[in-house]
Amino acid sequence: MVRKSAFPLAVLLLAPGAAAFAQPDTVRIDGSSTVYPITEAVAEEFQIEHRGTYRVTVGISGTGGGFKKFCRGDIDIADASRPIKESERKACAEKGITYIELPVALDALAVVVNPANDWISCTTVAQLRAIWEPAAQEKILRWNQIDPAWPDRPLRLFGPGTDSGTYDYFTAAVVGEEGASRGDFTASEDDNVLVQGVANDPGALGYFGFAYYIENRDKLKSVSIRNPETGECVEPSVENARTGRYQPLSRPLFLYVNPDSLDRPAVATFVDMYLDPGFVTELVTEVGYVPLPEKAYRLAREKLAARRTGTAFAGGSQVGLSIEDLIAAETVD
Amino acid sequence: MAEIRPLDTPRLIAGARRRDLLFAGIGLAVLFLATAILLALILDLVLTGAPHIDRDFLANYPSRRASRAGILPAWVGTSLVMLVTAALAVPFGIAAGLYLEEYAPRSWLTDLIEINITNLAGVPSIIYGLLALGVFVYTFRLGETILVAGMVLALLVLPVIIVATREALRSIPGEVREAAFALGADKWQTVSMYLLPAARPGILTGIIVALARAIGETAPLVTIGALTFIAFLPPSPITDTPPYVSFEWLWSPFTVLPIQMFNWISRPQAAFHELAAAAGVVLLLMTLAMNGLAIYIRYRARRLMR
Repeated sequence: MVRKSAFPLAVLLLAPGAAAFAQPDTVRIDGSSTVYPITEAVAEEFQIEHRGTYRVTVGISGTGGGFKKFCRGDIDIADASRPIKESERKACAEKGITYIELPVALDALAVVVNPANDWISCTTVAQLRAIWEPAAQEKILRWNQIDPAWPDRPLRLFGPGTDSGTYDYFTAAVVGEEGASRGDFTASEDDNVLVQGVANDPGALGYFGFAYYIENRDKLKSVSIRNPETGECVEPSVENARTGRYQPLSRPLFLYVNPDSLDRPAVATFVDMYLDPGFVTELVTEVGYVPLPEKAYRLAREKLAARRTGTAFAGGSQVGLSIEDLIAAETVD
Repeated sequence: MAEIRPLDTPRLIAGARRRDLLFAGIGLAVLFLATAILLALILDLVLTGAPHIDRDFLANYPSRRASRAGILPAWVGTSLVMLVTAALAVPFGIAAGLYLEEYAPRSWLTDLIEINITNLAGVPSIIYGLLALGVFVYTFRLGETILVAGMVLALLVLPVIIVATREALRSIPGEVREAAFALGADKWQTVSMYLLPAARPGILTGIIVALARAIGETAPLVTIGALTFIAFLPPSPITDTPPYVSFEWLWSPFTVLPIQMFNWISRPQAAFHELAAAAGVVLLLMTLAMNGLAIYIRYRARRLMR
């Protein structure tokens, strides 16, 4: 015991020298757990290619937590599964931090039911709204309340918790107002819990990221969504999300890059790699998400080269916009 | 109440025996149930996880492909964080316990400190995380580093070690102190030569409990910003240039096993869930190894006492 006690003393003595240690050029990333698998895949390849020269760290603080750190200048890149919010833009502006908004992939939200459910195969946004809107709370409790053709069975709902970007996007796309949802559903930040819930309850309906449906296809049944523009029933799939037919439930995922960090070679190299269409398309598919069309990556690179800062989403999540439109859209700081 | 007649004695005894037997039965059933559940959980974890543990799993960085994903940064991070935790919590905990039990005057201030320490042992770990975020990370600018992680876990388990130290000291008969004084030992000699060796088994038990709690903690580390993806190791503590020892690793970003497990368990692919189980087995083994070491030291200490 006596010998050990010299150690903390040494630690205290060394503490003031902390800043003197030269750390390798590090790309610091934090944010959404939805974007994480893509960023992790890119980081893995980046680290293999540049071991010893550059380092990269990726955290999962959630989209909101990521923006908090980003707007304090603690990190170089924020992973986001929704656009930056008004309050976060203010926080960034106060610290004089700007950002380049780069869409990097698409995520389709899958609406799923139990495989024993044989009455629903295609649904409309209006029906989903009737199920999920705040007014439905404690009122819409049986399937036949939505459509008389459906059986008189209890309707039990499963969805992500309120901290999730998925929740924000789904409510914006379906109910029409970000964050507006009934509260009496089983909520979990862990999508695997939702998968289990729907898989074990014949009267269940839930929504979560497409990757979780694909991995559990044998336990779940997906519901097609009627495209509000064309009227056709579209099932969730990589192809349908990529071509823009699976609307309104496919959403873009973003990187927010601090332009000042781009002056550091590690960050510039990393972002360049992230937006390389030949490279990232394959990675995105591999981790269960939908890559953007090649043109979109090219546009994003142009935006990056021009260091065009600001967001195209000054008014919150936009639903049903094509990716090319998104990148080309006017931005506001 | 019915009056007890002598004739009833055998019946009374039989009744008492029955109640004893009943209680013993219930106790045994509860014990069996608890152990069975624990065993089932561990068995499930080991059966799922063990086949994935091999050299590659321990030597690889995390990956998007389950087949080549490993836990190298996680177990190194856990080991280093535990090293800092032990190096801080053990000496400070024992010193504080010693002071409170042997030196501190009985006053309202000491009472206040005692009440606080006992209460601190029950504070949820996330509160310590928030404290560390506010004090170490923001105020002292120490960053989201191994040092800060070790410090917050040390704070978290400090009360456990202090309380264990005090209990161990209190259980030493007063005669030992009196005997030491009678032989002319001063206070420090009494403490270092008689009391500490006698209290060592109790203190070590406290340390085992404390470190076992610290190694599984996730919440305070997530709060201070432990990272999930790290594909590099902290700088080595041993260098080839003088002074041959480096403390640079203290300032390195890190991840730990529980965080890696949590990340894998929330992935959609079932293969990652199995890796999470494998990481769990490694964490269990690390805890066992740590406790085994402490138990061995305690065993030797006890033998020396005789």
